[in-house]
Amino acid sequence: MSKVAARTGNEAMAEAMRQINPDVVAAYPITPATEIVMIFAKYVADGLVDTNFVAVESEHSAMSACVGASSTGARVMTGTSSQGLALMYEILPIASALRLPIVMCDVNRAISGPINIHCDHSDTMAARDFGWIQIFSENSQEAYDSLIQAIRIAEDPRVHLPVMVTTDGFIISHCLDRIEIVEDSEVKDFVGKDRKSKNGLLDINNPVSVGLLDLQDYYFEHRVSVAQAMKDSKKVIIEVADEFGKKFGRKYGLFEGYKLDDAEIAIVALGSTCGTAKAVIDELRSKGVKAGMLKIRSFRPFPAEEISAALSKCKAVAVLDRSDSWSAQGGQVFTEVRSAMFDMANRPKLINFIYGLGGREIDLPLIRSVFDSLKNVEKQPLVQYLGVRE
Amino acid sequence: MNNMKTGSEAKPGWKSLPEGDIVPAGTAAQFKTGDWRSERPVWYPERCIHCLFCWISCPDSSIIVKDQKMTGIDYDHCKGCGICVKECPVKPNKALEMKPEREGEACQR
Repeated sequence: MSKVAARTGNEAMAEAMRQINPDVVAAYPITPATEIVMIFAKYVADGLVDTNFVAVESEHSAMSACVGASSTGARVMTGTSSQGLALMYEILPIASALRLPIVMCDVNRAISGPINIHCDHSDTMAARDFGWIQIFSENSQEAYDSLIQAIRIAEDPRVHLPVMVTTDGFIISHCLDRIEIVEDSEVKDFVGKDRKSKNGLLDINNPVSVGLLDLQDYYFEHRVSVAQAMKDSKKVIIEVADEFGKKFGRKYGLFEGYKLDDAEIAIVALGSTCGTAKAVIDELRSKGVKAGMLKIRSFRPFPAEEISAALSKCKAVAVLDRSDSWSAQGGQVFTEVRSAMFDMANRPKLINFIYGLGGREIDLPLIRSVFDSLKNVEKQPLVQYLGVRE
Repeated sequence: MNNMKTGSEAKPGWKSLPEGDIVPAGTAAQFKTGDWRSERPVWYPERCIHCLFCWISCPDSSIIVKDQKMTGIDYDHCKGCGICVKECPVKPNKALEMKPEREGEACQR
């Protein structure tokens, strides 16, 4: 039995953390993710969880403590955002190289500068090459569901990689949403009581060395093993989503196609913008326009073959990036989607819109304008900044 | 270095390496770091009072102790940091002195 409740994204993630009941949480507060660990710290104080909560002095320390704790075989979670995530950057690839299944609540917020506390994806995109699985959420429900699934994905022996589940700062993190909350016991059954770890740093009968120097003759091999785990995780993400869907009735995958099967024009997006885009697509469909959307859920691993197959019948596709890679050829999602489409014999024309930086509103008229531009896609520049003043 | 040989010696590929480079403890003993030295500590047994300050201070476990007596230096692992010499309390001449590595075995007593 699940119950229906009103929860913000942060409350939903804290609720999932309470139900998961991790062994260790090490975190440092930062807007807009502060509430997640603040609420969770209250659960710890109230004795609702068995977690050892480590209040550290910085995010660098938070991720370092997570790595140490996870190395002992503990189930470990944390939460952060933006500059906090940036302060963790040094340790993030160490977590993945050590194959530690740490699960992070990551609230997407613009990276400074200029200083900004609102949503875009520049923080998370900058962490995309660190060997973390990255799952984006459209709303609080997806954040809640994906956080529960993330434990299973991360701890699967075919994966053993850290996972970050993201929400969009303020848009999801602070907005009340109707969500279905699963029974505590059902979550516990789903994630399992304990992490099953073979490499326990505290196992005095089988002492191990963790974090070794790995030079010219072995570093390369270890990096390739992370690449393989990331590849293999696609299958696991789907398996875990299928099991979750069967148990709790909500379907997930690597991506979601919205009215995509017969779409002639489509957008690719991730995060909260997809909810707004669905309203525009419904409106266009009612007028007979064959519009659709591909919503990326798993950005790492990037489901390139699946995405190119799903978009193959479209005539024109606009990729929406809520961050700029400053590569002078578009945002991160665009370059990856474009690369995925390259080998298709009849690929759609692809254009890129960078939008919503620093929390800039993305509304119905702006998304309508994206679909309008797809009607005369040949005349469009490759990359455009949507709604920016010149 | 002994464990960095290239060429015909077969090394395991990524499929058979331990996950996450997490390996049994104590493998540093297999890594001969002695050739990193530019200077080496030389022991003068006749001056030594066997206080074992050198042994407790050595970061590489390179002071060889038998029956609670200093007996020599493990030059396969000693990196030549000089901490043992710094800590040696014997006066007026210390029981351990740093000598240029290029003098090699010649400076070893």
